[in-house]
Amino acid sequence: MEFKKEALYAKSHEWVIFDGDEATIGISDYAQSELGDLVFVNLPEEGDEVEVGESFADVESVKAVSDIYSPVTGVVAEINEELLDAPEKINEDAFGAWFIKVKDITDKAELISAEEYEAFCESEE
Amino acid sequence: MLVFEKSRPGRGVSALPECDVEILKPEEKDIRTSELHLPEMAEVDLSRHYTELAKKAHGVNDGFYPLGSCTMKYNPRVNEKIAALPGFTDVHPLQPVSTVQGCLRVIKETSEALCEITGMNQFTMQPAAGAHGEFTGLLLIKAYHLANGEPQRTKIIVPDSAHGTNPASAVMAGMEVINVDSTDKGLVDLDKLREVCEGNDQIAGLMLTNPNTAGLFDPNIKEITDIIHECGGQCYYDGANLNAVMGWARPGDMGFDCVHLNLHKTFSTPHGGGGPGSGPVGCKEHLAKFMPGVKVVDKDAHSGKDILSFAKAEESLGEMKSFYGNFLVVVKALTYIKMLGKEGIPEASKNAVLNANYMMQKLKGAYDMAFEPEVCMHEFVMDLSRQAKETGVTAMDIAKGLLDNNIHPPTMYFPLTVHEALMAEPCETESKETLDDAINVFLELNDLAYSDPEKLHQAPVKTPVTRLDEVGAARHPVLKYEFE
Repeated sequence: MEFKKEALYAKSHEWVIFDGDEATIGISDYAQSELGDLVFVNLPEEGDEVEVGESFADVESVKAVSDIYSPVTGVVAEINEELLDAPEKINEDAFGAWFIKVKDITDKAELISAEEYEAFCESEE
Repeated sequence: MLVFEKSRPGRGVSALPECDVEILKPEEKDIRTSELHLPEMAEVDLSRHYTELAKKAHGVNDGFYPLGSCTMKYNPRVNEKIAALPGFTDVHPLQPVSTVQGCLRVIKETSEALCEITGMNQFTMQPAAGAHGEFTGLLLIKAYHLANGEPQRTKIIVPDSAHGTNPASAVMAGMEVINVDSTDKGLVDLDKLREVCEGNDQIAGLMLTNPNTAGLFDPNIKEITDIIHECGGQCYYDGANLNAVMGWARPGDMGFDCVHLNLHKTFSTPHGGGGPGSGPVGCKEHLAKFMPGVKVVDKDAHSGKDILSFAKAEESLGEMKSFYGNFLVVVKALTYIKMLGKEGIPEASKNAVLNANYMMQKLKGAYDMAFEPEVCMHEFVMDLSRQAKETGVTAMDIAKGLLDNNIHPPTMYFPLTVHEALMAEPCETESKETLDDAINVFLELNDLAYSDPEKLHQAPVKTPVTRLDEVGAARHPVLKYEFE
């Protein structure tokens, strides 16, 4: 299980990496392993607004559909279109398989460090 | 082997009579230019093909079928016998009502019986199945708010203990779903519900089933419906779990304004493999004027005669299906209700609850029960998280193991709040021997999980097809036959 140090985490299991005034968002390695093999991903469109705590995407496994919540408020600058045809990439590399990049960020959720997130996941077990 | 692979050019059944009317030649532009791919087979081969397929399927007549929230009870043969009577089959929906009084009486009496069972005032038989019934119920609620000049009421509360199809029906009806989490006992969290509702004039209503989707009766139900009514919302009851409470508790008395029932679950008509289903919707007086389709009345407005006839509701929301819904399914359900009678209906629910509790008590040492209830209603939810962690055997593996033992698996991975869920609903129609056999299989599979987990990862091995690549099928679905 990877808990990448460079990333910050939301308790709803998304990771964020801030780079200048842009944020890259994906789901954690723990989240993908709990969800199991993903078979479908729904992403927003470029230019869509995302809001802290609101769902911006969903992923579907053989078991269930799950919402993915935005850890920031802002505007979608880019989406990872590759995931739409190959959702298995999220299972293979949760950190490589980013979902969206967000610009014009005006708000952030309460985010925790990799160590704190790892402890949080252990308490979830 | 598919029917297309068995096809041979020129084979077929020439049982069509010669055309005795003028043959019209269609216009050139209407004639298709490519060949129509129809299988060509002799009747005997076609008959064998489908018999072979039927043998590979598992139905309630083949063995135990404890599919949670689906109420796969036995379908008595007498239902079929009555529904096959020519008076019910050789009729046309447009023939004069005076010539089909018996059919109208079936609709009327079914409607009255369902009103009595649910505490509603009126029923429509139009909806074709459960989700269609949910959709109809929501349209009733919508019509009510629109008529009251409150079009802003577009938000519907669907707690995570509601039936699994509810959120989709709400979205279909143009509503926005608000989820309310359950307590750790698996019941609706009243504080969270109040928080969402208080002073909120956008709430259209609530969708719930009681007992809920974890098989637990929510004792706060009256308080829940009161909270919704106080903020101006309407309460919709999903009939998915009515089999636990028929003749004991009525949605109408719990404060619900409309309901749908599944005749193909609770009232013993076939389902799975096409049914067809039937999802009558009932409502209280204040929603009755919006009902779809027609209701049966005692006087015929055209002739002035005192015969059964049809009448439309004043502000009817329209047609949900043509004519009277799946009428012959209604005939079967009424047969069931009449066969059981006033005493038999509550007895059926009592035994459904007894059977579920018997199984739960026998299994609870080996399998952890979600929410650890002392008693359940008609179904119970096992949580296999412990097995998954200790042995690697998941709910899916146990389900596959059951297939090798001629048992249809329980509902898997639902409710979503339970990670490795198996939701079992044995139904009242199963004998103690059947339950004991199934209990033994469950216990043996649990032992196997600890002694030889690999064997369960490989299961099933005795079925016509073995372990399927479900992920591959979902990622790269092949939905139609590719002709060469």
